[in-house]
Amino acid sequence: MTPTGYFLGHLWLIPLFPLATAALMLLVGRRLPNSVVTVFCVGSVGVSFAFALGAVTQLLSAGPENRVAQQILFEWLTPGQMLASDGHLVRFTADWGYLLDPLSCVMVLVVTGVGFLIHIYSIGYMGHEGGYYRFFGYMNLFMFSMLTLVLANNMLLMFVGWEGVGLCSYLLIGFYFLRKSASDAGKKAFIVNRIGDAGFILGILLTAVTFGTIRFTSAGLADVAANSGILQALNGALSAQALAAGAPVLTTIALLLFVGATGKSAQIPLYVWLPDAMEGPTPVSALIHAATMVTAGVYMVVRMNAIYQLAPQAMDVVAVTGVVTAIFAASMALVQNDIKKVLAYSTISQLGYMFLALGAGAFAAGIFHLMTHAFFKALLFLGAGSVIHAMSGEQDIQKMGGLWNRIPVTARTFFVAALAIAGIPPLAGFFSKDEILGRAFERHPALWIVGFVTAGMTAFYMFRLVFLTFFGYSRADDHAQKHIHESPQTMTIPLMILAGLSVVGGWIGWPASLGGSNRFEKFLEPVMFSAGTTELAKAVPQSSPREYLLMVASIAIAVAGIWLAYEFYRTKRFAAEVVAAKMKGFYRMLFRKYYVDEIYDALFVNRTKDLGTLLGRFDAKVIDGVGVDGTGWLARFGSTLSMWWDKWIIDGLLNFGARLTQLMSFPIRFLQTGTFSSYALFILIGLAILLAYYQQHLHVVLRGAR
Amino acid sequence: MLPIGDYLFLGLALFIIGAIGVVTRRNVIVILMSIELILNAVNINLVAFSRLYGDVAGQVFALFIITDAAAEAAVGLGIVIAFFRNRETVLEDEMDLLKW
Repeated sequence: MTPTGYFLGHLWLIPLFPLATAALMLLVGRRLPNSVVTVFCVGSVGVSFAFALGAVTQLLSAGPENRVAQQILFEWLTPGQMLASDGHLVRFTADWGYLLDPLSCVMVLVVTGVGFLIHIYSIGYMGHEGGYYRFFGYMNLFMFSMLTLVLANNMLLMFVGWEGVGLCSYLLIGFYFLRKSASDAGKKAFIVNRIGDAGFILGILLTAVTFGTIRFTSAGLADVAANSGILQALNGALSAQALAAGAPVLTTIALLLFVGATGKSAQIPLYVWLPDAMEGPTPVSALIHAATMVTAGVYMVVRMNAIYQLAPQAMDVVAVTGVVTAIFAASMALVQNDIKKVLAYSTISQLGYMFLALGAGAFAAGIFHLMTHAFFKALLFLGAGSVIHAMSGEQDIQKMGGLWNRIPVTARTFFVAALAIAGIPPLAGFFSKDEILGRAFERHPALWIVGFVTAGMTAFYMFRLVFLTFFGYSRADDHAQKHIHESPQTMTIPLMILAGLSVVGGWIGWPASLGGSNRFEKFLEPVMFSAGTTELAKAVPQSSPREYLLMVASIAIAVAGIWLAYEFYRTKRFAAEVVAAKMKGFYRMLFRKYYVDEIYDALFVNRTKDLGTLLGRFDAKVIDGVGVDGTGWLARFGSTLSMWWDKWIIDGLLNFGARLTQLMSFPIRFLQTGTFSSYALFILIGLAILLAYYQQHLHVVLRGAR
Repeated sequence: MLPIGDYLFLGLALFIIGAIGVVTRRNVIVILMSIELILNAVNINLVAFSRLYGDVAGQVFALFIITDAAAEAAVGLGIVIAFFRNRETVLEDEMDLLKW
């Protein structure tokens, strides 16, 4: 029995509210006062959150097997015949439909919930900025796109949301568009994402021709053919022996989709846009570049987990990419001095963890970490925003310090988030990270070792941030000193709520080995593909002693990282500088971010620019020079010729005629005196001549008369 | 009846007076009057020959010419008035636009 209810029947309203207010803001927002903007924009996200909560509650009322609701609003692309790769003609269709299952439940709650808190925070943070309505318009447009992404029931609609969030990301990174670095960063994010999107599109197309459908599943739909979902088509193909685990086409699809994920979720090699994206306002960094949009890649891979589970090579690629990204980004975070840059690299690193989990087959753990990460990373970013707010816009942690009691709420919530991300039990990060590391160890011990070292680095750089920002003596200048103040309540209340979530958020995934039941994994179980034949599904039954050992190890390295940071930045104030001086080359390389931007510039950006210059030169010389200018010259030459003909031949003939007439009339025309009496005289003279000539006849006449 | 030569002499005299007037006078109105003299010279000739041959056609023709002269005087004077309004002159030697 599929669950029903008002909210489940109106899933489409969830993304519609933010879309409506976004349209309002972008059309007439300029004329609205800030208070109206606030009520509409924050309110619409709140209403969406309420609807999402309602829908999830109604979904939960059904049994675990039946927890799926799908509704198709309309057929978006007109269905047509398509030749599938197995030679059959299939009726291809793309719906505009929404799917709510346990996976999208998690996502939709995270997006609307965290999004709502960040919207509230933005009221205070953006209150003094210009373009208030524009900011909220873009934010709401983002909420619409993100909700479309997570609620879509097919890949193409998901791609609509995927592109929508990319667009909003671009708009919001470049929010301060007068600053060149901001608009450049926006462009960089957009272009780098394009590369990933190309892979995603190819993945969608390959899925379409392979399975004949792009709908994720037909579950929850009453009256459609059995094979109308990817999941069903895949099962059919497996049972018909048409496809087997590890089939090249499945691997190709999985890898292409993963290219899309690396772009959106900032993995190697496409992570370079995320640090630059910190040019945007801080709430944007929190919402888009930490909590929601960048996790879209993780969500997408989990959504397509059936294909990934049947493509072990692709899983290896995912796992290795994830873990390498994790340690690579963490190492760069060690030396950054910009508070937001540290958090940006931390985000990349944590996303790497999520992909490590996915690659290890622990999809639920990946989503679990996604959720807890959304809580504490949003909190970290919002806290950083609050710090920046207090420091009059200063972002360099070298110029902070001593803020612990000056901005108490921000400092304490930030501290909680740092503990959570470092993996200190019983905070949220511990459970999710521990589960990922445990599953990574089962997959391959090498993955675990890298992840384990990364965990230590995470603890170190987070507490480096905490100690430099909140402890010690203040290194701010006098002007900034005077203005240090705690943020308004609209900003601190979301911080406190997120801090609470960062503490308790992990408890729903309390592992069995610690007396819990890992309800989160069970909750997501129906979404996961479980073909008993796959190698990955045959999870090794974990031996408890090893699990405890790993747990202790990860707590130990987290504590070690914190202790090291304490030693470096609290007790021995110059230890960090000494170490940096000793390993000068390595430090420099980390500080310059492995020169990746420079390498990309040299390899791709400048080559593209060269190509552009070359084409530009071709344009200037050949198209403009030969084509346009040549045609112009030819036209001018032709017209000169024609003008010459006109002037000398046509006009010349006329003038020649006139001249000739003038010449021929030379003596006679002087008779034409214009004087009346002279004409009369001529007539008389003529008469006289006539009379003289006819003199004889005159005599005859006169004689006759007589 | 007087001999025809007397009549013709009178006509010739009138014609010559008129022709000299047309050629020598500058005032267009006087020229028009001179033309009337020429026409009347013609009329005398016509009437004289009509009487000589006993044919009435010459006299009828003379009547036509008198009518024509009246019409010509009216038209000519109209032209002179219109010209005077434009150029403020009635002297024919100043009316010399139509020349080479």
